[in-house]
Amino acid sequence: MERRRAGYEDVVVAVPVSIPYVRYSTRGAHWFVARALRALLEGSGLGKADLEGLCLSSFTLAPDTAVGVTQHLGLSLRWLDHIPMGGASAIVALRRALRAVASGDAAIVACVAADTNHVDTFRATLGSFSQFARDAVYPYGSGGPNASFAFLTAYYMRVFGARREDFGKLCIAQRENALRYAHALFKMPLTIQEYLNARPIAEPLRLFDCVMPCAGAEAFLVMSRARAQDLGVSFANVLATIERHNSFPEDPIQMRGGWLLDREELFAQAGVVRRDIDFLQTYDDYPVISAMQMEDLGFCGKGEAPQFIREHSLTTDGTFPVNTSGGQLSVGQAGAAGGFLGMTEAIRQVTGAAQGTAVANARIGLVSGFGMINYDRGLCCGAAILAGPKA
Amino acid sequence: MTSDTLDSLVADLTSGAIRIVDLTQTLSPETAPIVLPPEAGQCWPFRLEQISRYDERGPAWYWNNFSCGEHTGTHFDAPIHWVSGRDLPNNTTDTVPPQHLIGPACVIDCSGRVATNPDFLLTVDYVMDWEREHGRILPRSWLLMRSDWSKRSDPCAYQNIDEEGPHTPGPDVEVIRFLIEERDIIGFGSEAIGTDAGQGAHLRPPYPCHYYMHGSGRYGLQCLTNLELLPPRGSVIICPPLKIRNGSGSPLRVLALVPRLT
Amino acid sequence: MSETPGRPKRKNPLLRTRVPLLPPRGRSRVALGLTAAAALGRFELQVCPECGTVQYPPREACHRCLSLDLVWQAQSGEGELISETVLHHSHDLYFRDRMPWRLGMVRLDCGPTLLAHLHCGVAVAPCRVRIVARLDKAGQAALIAVSGRFDICEGAAEMADDIHLREMTCDPRCRKVLVTDGKTALGQALTRAFVAAGADIVWAGCAEPWKRSAGLEEVERLEAVTVVPLDVTNGDSVKSLGAALGAKVDILINNAEVHRPYGIAARYGTEAARSEMDVNYLGLLRLAQEFGPVMRARGADGYSSATAWVNLLSVYALSSFPTHGTYSASKAAAYSLAQCLRAEMQSAGVRVVNVFPGPLDDEWNQELPPPKMSAQALAKAIVKGLQDGVEDLFPGEVAQEWLARWLEDPKILERELAIGR
Repeated sequence: MERRRAGYEDVVVAVPVSIPYVRYSTRGAHWFVARALRALLEGSGLGKADLEGLCLSSFTLAPDTAVGVTQHLGLSLRWLDHIPMGGASAIVALRRALRAVASGDAAIVACVAADTNHVDTFRATLGSFSQFARDAVYPYGSGGPNASFAFLTAYYMRVFGARREDFGKLCIAQRENALRYAHALFKMPLTIQEYLNARPIAEPLRLFDCVMPCAGAEAFLVMSRARAQDLGVSFANVLATIERHNSFPEDPIQMRGGWLLDREELFAQAGVVRRDIDFLQTYDDYPVISAMQMEDLGFCGKGEAPQFIREHSLTTDGTFPVNTSGGQLSVGQAGAAGGFLGMTEAIRQVTGAAQGTAVANARIGLVSGFGMINYDRGLCCGAAILAGPKA
Repeated sequence: MTSDTLDSLVADLTSGAIRIVDLTQTLSPETAPIVLPPEAGQCWPFRLEQISRYDERGPAWYWNNFSCGEHTGTHFDAPIHWVSGRDLPNNTTDTVPPQHLIGPACVIDCSGRVATNPDFLLTVDYVMDWEREHGRILPRSWLLMRSDWSKRSDPCAYQNIDEEGPHTPGPDVEVIRFLIEERDIIGFGSEAIGTDAGQGAHLRPPYPCHYYMHGSGRYGLQCLTNLELLPPRGSVIICPPLKIRNGSGSPLRVLALVPRLT
Repeated sequence: MSETPGRPKRKNPLLRTRVPLLPPRGRSRVALGLTAAAALGRFELQVCPECGTVQYPPREACHRCLSLDLVWQAQSGEGELISETVLHHSHDLYFRDRMPWRLGMVRLDCGPTLLAHLHCGVAVAPCRVRIVARLDKAGQAALIAVSGRFDICEGAAEMADDIHLREMTCDPRCRKVLVTDGKTALGQALTRAFVAAGADIVWAGCAEPWKRSAGLEEVERLEAVTVVPLDVTNGDSVKSLGAALGAKVDILINNAEVHRPYGIAARYGTEAARSEMDVNYLGLLRLAQEFGPVMRARGADGYSSATAWVNLLSVYALSSFPTHGTYSASKAAAYSLAQCLRAEMQSAGVRVVNVFPGPLDDEWNQELPPPKMSAQALAKAIVKGLQDGVEDLFPGEVAQEWLARWLEDPKILERELAIGR
């Protein structure tokens, strides 16, 4: 049966905010939330009281949740959500906020992802990440996500004939993009030799296959088109969104994600085809998962991503621009903000605010999210297609 | 007169005219306890457990708890120890008349015979030979059998157990009856782990020294040492056990007063 | 002493002794079912009785039909290694000390995918493997994939060949062992069994040396065996041996026990019972106080670190065998204290292994009908239990039967034992 979902015609996203990342910070997560909110207000000309809703994502707020943050930062809200979905946070936050605004439950919703990174934060997070992680993953070498993605990468390489050079090409392209993005923590070009010969982390993964945890924040606003026009801010339209959780649980090991189930609906709702997509923002904590997103969103067939990567140039000026700000692999992974990185960059791209990383004539972009390796696989998948005013 | 005697005793002790010889073995966890078949009730060995030693358990003092059987180390046997003495009057450690606990000692040296025969049994003839040399044993004397057994410092040599059980010296049946009936000794003392011989179970009756001595209200002393420092006769021993109510015996300190040979 | 192939060099006594670290020990309560089975050497997973689903990681409900009545059932562990990695980086101090570390994902034939340590004998993925459950240094279940050829009988020796997985067992090879009572038939059988299993040195304790033991004299003629004075009722004796050997003992086998076949009515007074308590319970306490701290300090002392403390308990520790009632009580007390010791030794990764045999074929069980366990069989079972890394050992048919009955319903077992069954 054909499912018809309401569209997002009267609601838009605006004011993409990226708080510069730092490798380590002595600040708490609340500090980064506050800084992002302040930037949202400055960028929109709104006052704090104008914010009616907040959708917050963070791994390092504990013992607080979004509720504690309202009092901590003096926010009186009529709508509040907490999205603990890591790399899928931006997509899911966007979906929640769009509906809240469209229904009138909140006029303006701030979507914020912020995390701090103390010297020991990442290690401490791993052991208590989830019940399955504590029971069945962390006691096995405590490799964290590196180990989980090493299994997926090794399996993917063996089954589909991917080579390290293929992943290397993607990482190098992203690094090239990052060199044009002011906030990227990696400032030096990456060569294929450096990539291939980097120190091993969890075979077959080496250093430049792995994201670097850091501190930072990303945020954007969701409001009605009319309100955005009133405020005079640039905005992007949301053509379509999807999300799936724990898809394909019977697969022995993850080699596909929930995008596969909903991708046709995504493009149908957006009313675009794949060649209309001017750039792709994948969730890229490890290159293998970017490859999987290219496949499962339908840019190429299953197992064909290595060939797809070989055939395309992936930089902002390439034939298939991917992760135009450099992605997490070259910008850094600021906790849940990593899940927002592609979203804020995509809003900038389609609204003509991307500056150094701008893809020429970018009108339509696809943002993909992937999050929460609970045990052996990522559980949350999502995607959104954004379009600029020119689209 | 009595006062003069004590004054003179003290003076002699001070001057060294009378020496005090300690006939007691040191009590320690290594003190070998009497061995019985495992299904029988067992005499506890001596054990010492610290209460505190200037530490958090007692900052300024050191002391111990100890535990042991009544018949551990150098010890005293009261008549009630044996079934033959169970119904006698004053047969327990708390009711033994104190005057029985100080008395003259006759020391019969068997060490030469024991050296070649650990199962050596003291006989009437051996005692008669001793009397010919040293004179008749006076009534109410302690008879101490010197065997030099206490020189065996290795507990295994001291217990001297083989497949047939323990091999240690002691008196035979006749000599005990003779010492009680003909000489009226008050007690019998040994350097070995019991007053009876190690193989005394095979005598008739078994363990005759215990059977007859305690059956006639007399005492035993075991695990004595330093008997070679006593003269054959002329010394006095002091051997009061702990005053344990209904006690069958007790570890004790046995001292001998020995006049300096002139 | 003959050189075992691959035998590591002796430790340089001038080197710093590594501090014992533990792998992550936190587990949810439901996941401890895996540990409970691994403690007995078993690999069990949650099975849904309603729909038959076998699942992992452990959950509070069946992930297929949401049934809440899950049971733990033994699994063959057969499956396929579908992917693997070698870690060169870890966030945990224990693993950081032991890099690189090989891990794999195993798809069990019965359904779930498991993350497991890989034994060094496992080929490159994909290949057939078998999952076994062991206890890691933290005392928690760890799943290990072993090669399909890995025979269960010889598995222990192969496990010991893997430098990392050796730590999940307590193999006596190249280790120094103290058997606290060498005078019993069991003590002598244990001594021989440890020599046969490749122990460097076996010290056999001897109390009351004046009571001779021909068997001990015979065992002492073995090159690796030294008889040492040890009377666990004597604090001084335990202390001096602890001072002399404490820093050397890698495996302590506390087999010293007193056993008198009496209940309450059959033996008037407390002397026999006290003697049982003095050896079986307080003896353990004395040993633990003198040997425990230094063994804890050597929990990570290289290839031949201090690794295990074995207590000879009895199935009677679980439920009183009334005709041996005071013995049962003393073993129950010792069991309780052994649990305390286990908790205290855990911080150093030294495993406390409790052995719960049924009746031994010895003089104190003369009146019990067979089956009774021979000293040799029990000694062999203890050595194998150490090689397998088992924490609770119920050797022999009688012990296994008691365990099954006790697990089923302790009250029923109590009633049965009260009427002599």
